Amino acid sequence: MSSHAHPKPAPLEIRFWTPGVLVLFAVMLIGVCFIIARYIGGLAVVTNLDNQHPWGLWIGIDVATGVALAAGGFTTAAIAHVFGRHQYEAVTRPALLTATLGYTFVAIGLAIDVGRSWAMPKPLLFWQGNSVLFEVAMCVVVYLHVLYIEFITIAVERFRGRVNLPGPFSILNDRIERLLALADSILGKTMWVFIIAGVVLSCMHQSGLGSLMLIAPTKLHPLWYTPILPLLFLTSAIAAGYPMVVFETTVATASFKRVDEMEVLAPLTGVTKYLLGIYITLKIGDMIFRETYVYLFDGSIESRSFIVEMLAMIVPWFMLMSPRLRAKRHTLFVACTTVVLGIALNRCNVFLIGFNPPYAVKSYFPSISEIAITASLLCSITFFYRLAVTYLPVLSAPSLASIEKESS
Amino acid sequence: MNISRRHFLGVAGGMISSAAAGNCKKVFAARQPKAPPNPYGCVVDLTACVGCRTCEQACNRVNHLPPPKERLDDRTVLDQKRRPSTGAFTVINSYYSGRLDEQNQLVPTYVKVQCMHCQDPACASACITGALSKKDNGAVHYDKSKCVGCRYCLVACPFQIPAYEYFDPLTPRVRKCTFCYERISMGGKPGCAAACPMEAITFGNRQILLEGTRRKITANPVRYLNKIYGESEVGGTSWMYISKDPFEKLGFLSLPHYPMPHLTETIQHSIFAYMWAPITLFAILTGAMWKINPEQINHAPGFQAQEDHI
Repeated sequence: MSSHAHPKPAPLEIRFWTPGVLVLFAVMLIGVCFIIARYIGGLAVVTNLDNQHPWGLWIGIDVATGVALAAGGFTTAAIAHVFGRHQYEAVTRPALLTATLGYTFVAIGLAIDVGRSWAMPKPLLFWQGNSVLFEVAMCVVVYLHVLYIEFITIAVERFRGRVNLPGPFSILNDRIERLLALADSILGKTMWVFIIAGVVLSCMHQSGLGSLMLIAPTKLHPLWYTPILPLLFLTSAIAAGYPMVVFETTVATASFKRVDEMEVLAPLTGVTKYLLGIYITLKIGDMIFRETYVYLFDGSIESRSFIVEMLAMIVPWFMLMSPRLRAKRHTLFVACTTVVLGIALNRCNVFLIGFNPPYAVKSYFPSISEIAITASLLCSITFFYRLAVTYLPVLSAPSLASIEKESS
Repeated sequence: MNISRRHFLGVAGGMISSAAAGNCKKVFAARQPKAPPNPYGCVVDLTACVGCRTCEQACNRVNHLPPPKERLDDRTVLDQKRRPSTGAFTVINSYYSGRLDEQNQLVPTYVKVQCMHCQDPACASACITGALSKKDNGAVHYDKSKCVGCRYCLVACPFQIPAYEYFDPLTPRVRKCTFCYERISMGGKPGCAAACPMEAITFGNRQILLEGTRRKITANPVRYLNKIYGESEVGGTSWMYISKDPFEKLGFLSLPHYPMPHLTETIQHSIFAYMWAPITLFAILTGAMWKINPEQINHAPGFQAQEDHI
């Protein structure tokens, strides 16, 4: 950490619409067209799902990977707020934003995927404690609320003392101010409960996602089917948290022309080498214990996908071991991006590639429209991230221009 | 005094630890199989089935489905290895096990496929709302008013039976054999069992059926393999099969003999009994925050306090 205090988070105050944002917006609109088609013609029109492959790309990427990669939110909250490592405060807000957007779009993705979108609240009425999916759904619902409550503090900070509605709405100014003050005082006293609840809820549903496939021992490939799958999902999500923060912070600071925050990111990934080490040890230990290494080199799609997945964990693990490579922005970015992709591949392996129903006559591959909708959701997350950091105090890295001015 | 106190502590400690151990046993005990005590069942005698598909027709009629697409006299559909679908809850496929008749012709075996109505079904354990449930009369029953459409039942079913109405944009249903729930509740037989001209499907109390079937196999050791498929597969199923040919040559899967929900429910109920795991984790983290980062709990508006510490 440098000697001067890290600047406070502030809205970026940049031009929002750029050519890149227009492209994002176009991809979002294309996705909306396919979503409309899904609600006119049913899932059959837009997906390649069938009775043997009931879960496809949307579950593998939008939901499972989305949840895993939103782990940056609770892992940074844990290190900065619970374990008091205040040097990492700078990345908690962007990670919280990513988690909030991530989970919001997990919910939207699920709503598109389930057949009766309007029936989504039914699990709140009909509890089914034996169902892993019920537990995951409940945790995600509660956690989504926790994330928004944590996010309110950012909005309060931005608007408190500055509420100035135009024209006839100005009579509301005073009331909104009082509401913001009330929220500030209540949240100030109770925020610790939400922070800890967020970590607990995350641990519960991250592992719960791993338990989902344990009900289908005859369908999931033995390379992935293990009783410790929930533990593997939990440890891999925790290990992926900081690399995801590095990935998004590096992309954001580069595209917004900000200082790269390496003084925060490099030490943060020092923790990752242990977390990743735990996950890799569990994974390899499990493979040796269950003797599933016999499938490793049988040349099947599954074996190759498993090897790629493992390499995408092991190679960056070795890279992160070296303080020299961790200190360099490019190598750190490459290592962390590889971890992020490896986690995504792991989730796809468990839910799609490793899922082989014995009676299936053909294998599943996502349709163009499934890919378009997934791309649309990913672009939406990016779009709203930019919108939030433009108008709300999320990012705290000073702009490169201001640093140059200072030094000259 | 001292001794009696020690004695008291010892007894108290023993009581506490044995109570804790008892509770732990309850928490960590492996899941016990669930099954209705006295369900109905069906036994399909594959040596009697001639592949006439009258059962398919009867099934579609009693379930108000459109009549089978393929005409009953079209024998080629038997070779298609069809699966149950939204428009057909039961289908018949033919298999050649390699057995020859007197004219050296391959003898086909016809296999009726429908929901097995597991005693301890994976779909019902998986279902997020309990829209699928095992009824006391043996039927695995689907209640569309609870269904969300998540299709986890399709993922969970080891026999790959449930079919989904993918073409319906807003109100798709999971479709599968109902065991003619209404008919058997009123003392009738399932539509297919009532219609079978060869009497290949025997309907009745599952326990009594099993005993009778065992006697039948013992009395006809040449006609039947000594095996009832579904007696113990996935913890037992309400629909069972007997055959002359090995089941693996007839499209039957080799499945575990424990109920499919065993592992998931053991894990879930171990972690969430009395919510001990989440509560413990919450307590540990609160303790850690209290010790390491107390200002978060004491005064700080969570995110604003940070500046003072850097």
